[in-house]
Amino acid sequence: MTAPPSFPPNSFKAQPDDRGHFGDYGGRYVAETLMPLVLDLDRAYRAAKADPAFQAQFDDLLEHYVGRPSPLYYAERLTESLRQSAPKTMGAQIWFKRDELNHTGAHKINNCIGQILLAMRMGKTRIIAETGAGQHGVATATVCARFGLPCVIYMGARDIERQAPNVFRMKLLGAEVRQVTSGAHTLKDAMNEGMRDWVANVHDTFYIIGTAAGPHPYPEMVRDFQSVIGTEARAQMLARTGRLPDLLVAAIGGGSNAIGLFHPFLDDPDVAMLGVEAAGHGLDKEHAASLAGGFPGVLHGNKTYLLQDDDGQITEAHSISAGLDYPGIGPEHAWLKDIGRVEYDSATDTEALDAFQLLCRTEGIIPALEPSHAIAAVTRRARDMREDQIILANLCGRGDKDIFTVAEALGVEI
Amino acid sequence: MTRLAGAFEKSHPALVAFVTAGDGPTRAILDALVAGGADVIELGMPFTDPMADGPAIQAANLRSLGAGTTTADILLIAKGFRGRHPDVPLVLMGYANPMLRRGADWFAHAAADAGVDGVICVDVPPEEDDALGPALRAARIDLIRLATPTTDVARLPTVLDGASGFIYYVSVAGITGLQQAQQASIDDAVARLKAATTLPVAVGFGIRTPDQAAAVARVADGVVVGSAIVELVGQHGADAPAAVTAYIKSLADAVASARKVTA
Repeated sequence: MTAPPSFPPNSFKAQPDDRGHFGDYGGRYVAETLMPLVLDLDRAYRAAKADPAFQAQFDDLLEHYVGRPSPLYYAERLTESLRQSAPKTMGAQIWFKRDELNHTGAHKINNCIGQILLAMRMGKTRIIAETGAGQHGVATATVCARFGLPCVIYMGARDIERQAPNVFRMKLLGAEVRQVTSGAHTLKDAMNEGMRDWVANVHDTFYIIGTAAGPHPYPEMVRDFQSVIGTEARAQMLARTGRLPDLLVAAIGGGSNAIGLFHPFLDDPDVAMLGVEAAGHGLDKEHAASLAGGFPGVLHGNKTYLLQDDDGQITEAHSISAGLDYPGIGPEHAWLKDIGRVEYDSATDTEALDAFQLLCRTEGIIPALEPSHAIAAVTRRARDMREDQIILANLCGRGDKDIFTVAEALGVEI
Repeated sequence: MTRLAGAFEKSHPALVAFVTAGDGPTRAILDALVAGGADVIELGMPFTDPMADGPAIQAANLRSLGAGTTTADILLIAKGFRGRHPDVPLVLMGYANPMLRRGADWFAHAAADAGVDGVICVDVPPEEDDALGPALRAARIDLIRLATPTTDVARLPTVLDGASGFIYYVSVAGITGLQQAQQASIDDAVARLKAATTLPVAVGFGIRTPDQAAAVARVADGVVVGSAIVELVGQHGADAPAAVTAYIKSLADAVASARKVTA
């Protein structure tokens, strides 16, 4: 998250504009009560971004607390196993950016470190967050414990049932987990409750949003904090292979791990990018693929693609991965889709489960269900690429939290 | 003079009554609001994700959507109301996504055709005015802006620029239907707003008793009541109209007798 240099006029990195618009998307669609606060946050973020001391503190915590840089890993056995079903000389090399090795087991912590430093800089004394699967809740509870700030996590009643281990982790870390029983009792409703809390406690509360969505400056700020993923990966790939990857692949719920990987490569014209949404039971059934099956609209402070009906009512998302189970997507992805710089595809629950097991057995890595969607797309693409080509996928979380869900899906009792 | 301007020109402060469209027998409830003495009607457009609303209006939204209410239904309710009450101003209140789904121009024209006088959109602040404001102005529908306790003096001109109809002062930094603001803070805020604009100022959020309504009416041009009405609808269902008329009458009497004290 270094201060941006001035970009050439045709750069893909020059977004958003100063009102937070990525093309038609993004913006600040919030109630008037929050608007002065959002403007204040924007000013504070600009100042922090320009302050070398803030950057130094962020970098120091990422290195010594989170454990960065995360490794760049060549998945040799996975590569070989996919080449067995590929035509001769085909089957790209598969590399992983291993953000699942971060403290707390996912990329979420990168963003939480950045936002809590900003919260303290703004003199805020209370932290709130929403969570779906619980990964962002755990990461937020972690940084609150680290800095001694009280923490309230909103979580849908349905997700609390599905993710009991993470609920216990948050409580161990000292957070108060508030069960959300409004609406459909899932992530979007937890986010509504987060905004309701924020609106009522604007004087002392900082809302740590977990993905690259929400009112400006959140999408930009979260992207900047997560861009450490792509910045590291780009340098590591150049150091290890002397070249850039041909294709980047990342799973997309709200889209923070994907934008974190993609953004530092956006102006490298030879690097293709693929974002993978959750197709749930299938795109013609229940799913969470906002780009593939949604339409532009306004929710949670930004304009973006949303799963909605003809009257603009938000429809429920479904994915086996609670972390992808959200009816919207970060606005920068909406823009990148429309301009064609990034390609978007999807993977079903079943494809993700297959990819999950494939990675376990070929590489000895138990991935989270979120990046399992990315791995599923990798297995489809690798066979159609030459063996001298490189795919770099983001392994954005580890699968410890998902073993119960996977066991149930495979019909295994543990 | 527009219907909205007329409502604020009466000899007493205006009573602005909110009800969620499609929750209970809306047509009869709207007639009950008018019969009880409401001067302006706010018709809430239900939304799956009403972020600025408290439990009462959230529940009303879910009841309405659960009953299958569509945007077309809401526009029909508005059109029917206009036919029965040609002089009572009607304002649609809701969230951006249902209003923008078919395009802002479509919505503005459909609302104008239905006889709607004004629109309050909770999550389109002045910074995003382009999304909705130009379409409403072209259709001659008032865009009613919200001011809040966090809207400071420096920001106020931004809020007022492009506002029309009236200014809705949200007296509490919070969600609808819960606590009420201290009267002193309402007095100060209304004075600050009235010094900055010639538009009428209506005050809402947390007002539910005749005494509270009278206290607000002593300084403001209008008093907005919402959650308390919606709760009555929730409690009484099909029998709500009689209860609503009685309740609104108690508020209307209080507001009428408050009459502004001139210094």
